[in-house]
Amino acid sequence: MTQINKHAKQLLAPIVSNTRVGQYHQIIINIGDIATNCKPGNFVAISVGGGSSSMVLRRAFAISRVSTSTTVGGTMELIVAPHGQGSKWLCAQGEGVVLDLVAPLGTAFGIPTEPVPVLLVGGGYGSAPLFGLAELLNSRGCRVDMLLGASTGSKIYAPMEGKRAVNSMRIYTEDGSMGVAGRVTDPIAEIIKDLNVAVIYSCGPMPMLAAITKITNQFDVIHQCAVEESMACGVGICMTCVLPVENEDGTISNLRSCIDGPVMDGAKVQWSKVGQQI
Amino acid sequence: MTALDFSTTIGNAWFPAPTFTASGCASSGRELAQFFPLREMGGVVTKSVMSKMRPGRPTPRMAETPSGMLNSIGLQGPGIDAFLAKDVPYLVEQKARVIVSIAGETVEEYSTLARKLRSVSGISAIEVNISCPNVENRGLVFACDPEASRRVIDGVRRTIGGELPIIAKLSPDVTDLVSIAKGVVDAGADGLALINTVLGMVINVDTMRPHLGGKTGGLSGPAIRPIAVRAVYQVHAALPQIPILGMGGVASGKDALEMILAGASGVSIGTASFGNPTAIMSIQDELKQLLIDRGFTSLKQAVGFAHRPIEAE
Repeated sequence: MTQINKHAKQLLAPIVSNTRVGQYHQIIINIGDIATNCKPGNFVAISVGGGSSSMVLRRAFAISRVSTSTTVGGTMELIVAPHGQGSKWLCAQGEGVVLDLVAPLGTAFGIPTEPVPVLLVGGGYGSAPLFGLAELLNSRGCRVDMLLGASTGSKIYAPMEGKRAVNSMRIYTEDGSMGVAGRVTDPIAEIIKDLNVAVIYSCGPMPMLAAITKITNQFDVIHQCAVEESMACGVGICMTCVLPVENEDGTISNLRSCIDGPVMDGAKVQWSKVGQQI
Repeated sequence: MTALDFSTTIGNAWFPAPTFTASGCASSGRELAQFFPLREMGGVVTKSVMSKMRPGRPTPRMAETPSGMLNSIGLQGPGIDAFLAKDVPYLVEQKARVIVSIAGETVEEYSTLARKLRSVSGISAIEVNISCPNVENRGLVFACDPEASRRVIDGVRRTIGGELPIIAKLSPDVTDLVSIAKGVVDAGADGLALINTVLGMVINVDTMRPHLGGKTGGLSGPAIRPIAVRAVYQVHAALPQIPILGMGGVASGKDALEMILAGASGVSIGTASFGNPTAIMSIQDELKQLLIDRGFTSLKQAVGFAHRPIEAE
């Protein structure tokens, strides 16, 4: 069992800006010095609804990127889709609103020690943390290629500046409204062979992560995926966000995706046993 | 500077503050220690532990509901041996006061767990969580069966002898809570933990099936607070000498004070910690201030105050 992120802190942090980007909101929050400790893959747990809210649980959001040197100090960027009550509330908060948050939480993407070819795969707004990761990998000399997918074009998150750190970016939509018609997993096997990919980094919905694992199991390639499981606390005390994961000795344990994840070894996650009694 | 004696006692166990985690809502304390020193609260009530490692129920395990949540974890845990080897020593090292919560599927399992705890140093009390299905009686929850509740506590008491205080954690899902409380006290419980979660269900209208993997779940959070306050009030009226740990939706110092006035000698904070990892610390500070504001010089003076007739003031 691993421990809670040792840098995790609770703080009151003001929103610097909240900008609508298509179907999503880009929310920048002034988090001061803790920006230094946030790594790609980490997430933040935010209290929503204001003091008298009937929403008692924190909401977890992937930190899409951090900046340590803005004019206001350290900031984090979140890409939030206003889907549920909590995310709708957050998207409605403007500049200056002070948020109660806990960050950084969870595991981070592992960065290769050698400059190797890597492939980043994002589904829907799950792609957001991949852009900060791409910059980091690029700065370490890795060749970075990216695949983005969604059911339809309006659900693709691909900021213009995001393309700077990647060698190529291909978009797949199931309805063909943007990029290539099809699933983001379609070209993966071929890309692994063509580019000799050593690591695949992915974030997005569970079926996509499971499908990527099926492909990577056929190759000598590491699959680091950021999982999304609903959480009540985000700090490891509620035991609701578990996933079945294979241990060193071959047994399977329900591990907390907030503590042992969100970044997990895709090959170890027992995708077919998610939602099953183990 | 007003002096306030904030301490509380359960059986022979003394705690410097009346604030505790609620079992199942703080794991074994390690994660909350990232946010505040565990020794600063009254005590850590650990997640109910069973004899063997338990994987728990399948996901989804959680559904947020208005002012509350449903959970269906299924007592996932490492088993008593791993727990005693790793978790208790950690808590002792943190100078936290420890209440170990145990759960079993048979009367015998509870006694076996109590036997393992008997000689462990650093434990202040045992919480016996009897809101588990009794596999020997068609899965009927112990806490819903007065005779089974009594037998579990009797077995634990006989096993551990007279030293360690026993706190029986009761379910509100019963017709006559007071009679169950009296039964477990007669069987040797020194204190009562009131209340466990309230059984509930959420149906997902898209899949048109129960949302939780375990189908039913325990409702917690402010939504159940009035039920908890009522339970504490009724049981305290019937058993005024028995210390009660009050819990169920306590999220502020005011909520904690309500429990104390109803008759609780201490409060456990559960779901509020999910929403705010430092909730216990702020509840503790607020409660202290509220007691001082009302002219109390000790917590004990306020316990059960709501039962006093108005004319007595």
